[in-house]
Amino acid sequence: MDQSLGVITPELLQVESPLALTSGAVLPRYDLIYETYGELNADASNAILICHALSGDHHVAGEDKNGKVGWWNGYIGPGKPIDTNHFFVVCSNNLGGCSGSTGPASINPETNKVYGPDFPMVTCRDWVHSQNELRKHLGIEQWAALVGGSMGGMQVLQWAIDYPDKLRHALVIAAAPKLSAQNIAFNAVARSAIMSDPDFHDGRFIEHGTIPKQGLALARMLGHLTYLSDDMMGTKFGRELREEELQYNYGPQFQVESYLRYQGEKFATKQNFDANTYLLMTKALDYFDPAAEYGHDLSKTLAKATAQFLVVSFTSDWRFSPARSHEIVKALLDNDANVSYAEVESQHGHDAFLLPNEHYEGVFRAYMQKLVDVLPSTSQNGKQL
Amino acid sequence: MSHISPEFKLISDWITPNSRVLDLGCGDGELLKHLIDTYSITGYGMEIDPNKNIQAIEKGLNVIQSDLNNHDICEYFDEDSFDFVIMTQALQVVSRPDELLDDMLAVGKQCIITFPNFGHWRMRIQLLTKGRMPETDTLPYHWYDTPNIHMCTFNDFEDLCEEKGLEVVARTVVNAQHKSSFGMRIVPNWLGEVALYKVQKKS
Repeated sequence: MDQSLGVITPELLQVESPLALTSGAVLPRYDLIYETYGELNADASNAILICHALSGDHHVAGEDKNGKVGWWNGYIGPGKPIDTNHFFVVCSNNLGGCSGSTGPASINPETNKVYGPDFPMVTCRDWVHSQNELRKHLGIEQWAALVGGSMGGMQVLQWAIDYPDKLRHALVIAAAPKLSAQNIAFNAVARSAIMSDPDFHDGRFIEHGTIPKQGLALARMLGHLTYLSDDMMGTKFGRELREEELQYNYGPQFQVESYLRYQGEKFATKQNFDANTYLLMTKALDYFDPAAEYGHDLSKTLAKATAQFLVVSFTSDWRFSPARSHEIVKALLDNDANVSYAEVESQHGHDAFLLPNEHYEGVFRAYMQKLVDVLPSTSQNGKQL
Repeated sequence: MSHISPEFKLISDWITPNSRVLDLGCGDGELLKHLIDTYSITGYGMEIDPNKNIQAIEKGLNVIQSDLNNHDICEYFDEDSFDFVIMTQALQVVSRPDELLDDMLAVGKQCIITFPNFGHWRMRIQLLTKGRMPETDTLPYHWYDTPNIHMCTFNDFEDLCEEKGLEVVARTVVNAQHKSSFGMRIVPNWLGEVALYKVQKKS
């Protein structure tokens, strides 16, 4: 059985009307790049929007033109938990991103120069508003489900709060209702690493023809560390050395050091991730706190939400620990919401939400199957691609 | 109507239609599903086992994966959130049955609890004659690998209820096949193998 979606070509939504941002600034126009998988059914009831994490993008499944496989390909495709034989799956690159949606590396139409640091700050709510334009463009009255992990999970929460009647199900995975002081601190260090790189040029590195590679790599190394668990690093690297003997110098001698360096370099050079986007995404995360405008009462905040929820956390995730998911579950229970919660045993830390795991996949599949069961004329869409 | 186990049938008879129910250790959600389909109840299940959680989600139930030993119930639910809190065959496996009972009656108005009777005559005879921990069809484990770490008799349980100021609203004593008899009604703690209790705080 063919389990792949083949080569996917992204599409571009050009929104020519201004978007009023949370910060008070106005974005005169913007593009959203997105991919779709599967087919929209006749009554547009089978659409699912995937929200990506901090360094993710719209390429969530299938292969792009360079053969790169999507970041959640294991869970989206024919016969997979999010089964494209039944669902029409959409994923867009967030506003402020650097993979094709309008962001700091785009041209500012008012100056005809690269935005760079002048790109306005966007928030999770702004992402949701811009994605709502995509929803209208695709002719979808209501998403069958919104699905997201980490930052994507927070976006799903924001959708459920801001557009309660536009989604039936919300899958909030490895997320939190707001960042903790420790989370914000990590982001602050990552930003400092980027901003103190001499090649950063106060954010105008494109105009200077430079890339703050060192800063980006450091930020990524730090971020990556927080996605892994102590246990997992112990299993994978332990105190293993690159060479047989200790060198008694400051070069990378432990395997874990060279692994981190590799991750940092890959991110800064091969992925060509825009440093300003990294700053913006981390800041948007820091600002995320939907309960703030409801007297810091998450239960009140979620009172309007009508979606059914699946909340998932991972035991070794210390970035957004199970306790953070409990907060979300508790607030939903306070509202007598339909919610199921799974705490998946995994040693892979925060990264676990992207990795294969029998329990995780079982829960995901079981939940999604309930959605398939209520779709009209499933048999018509049930054919193999 | 779906086929359900005799124990679940007995419990169902105690449930008021349209009530709010919390099922602790709900397993694959068979009872909860039956109560929703037959009595239009609303509510949640709590279960620690991942595979059973998946089965409960497959049934379209709201199930919260949690460990009953961690006081999760009070963390999640406010006082008197439920009309009934049900716990079938799990009292004896938790680390502090007495504290769990407190938690159950904090979040629910009434509790329905079922558990095996360690005072059944077969247990008593085995311990008396062999001098070893009993092993029966209903309790087939060895003393060292049994999940049933807090076995009690009906009398023990009723003593605990008395101590906590709880009122036994209803009690059904049955054998392993969930059938009752004249003898079980006369000397339940000798002849009954399983008991179903409905308790509430004394008003």
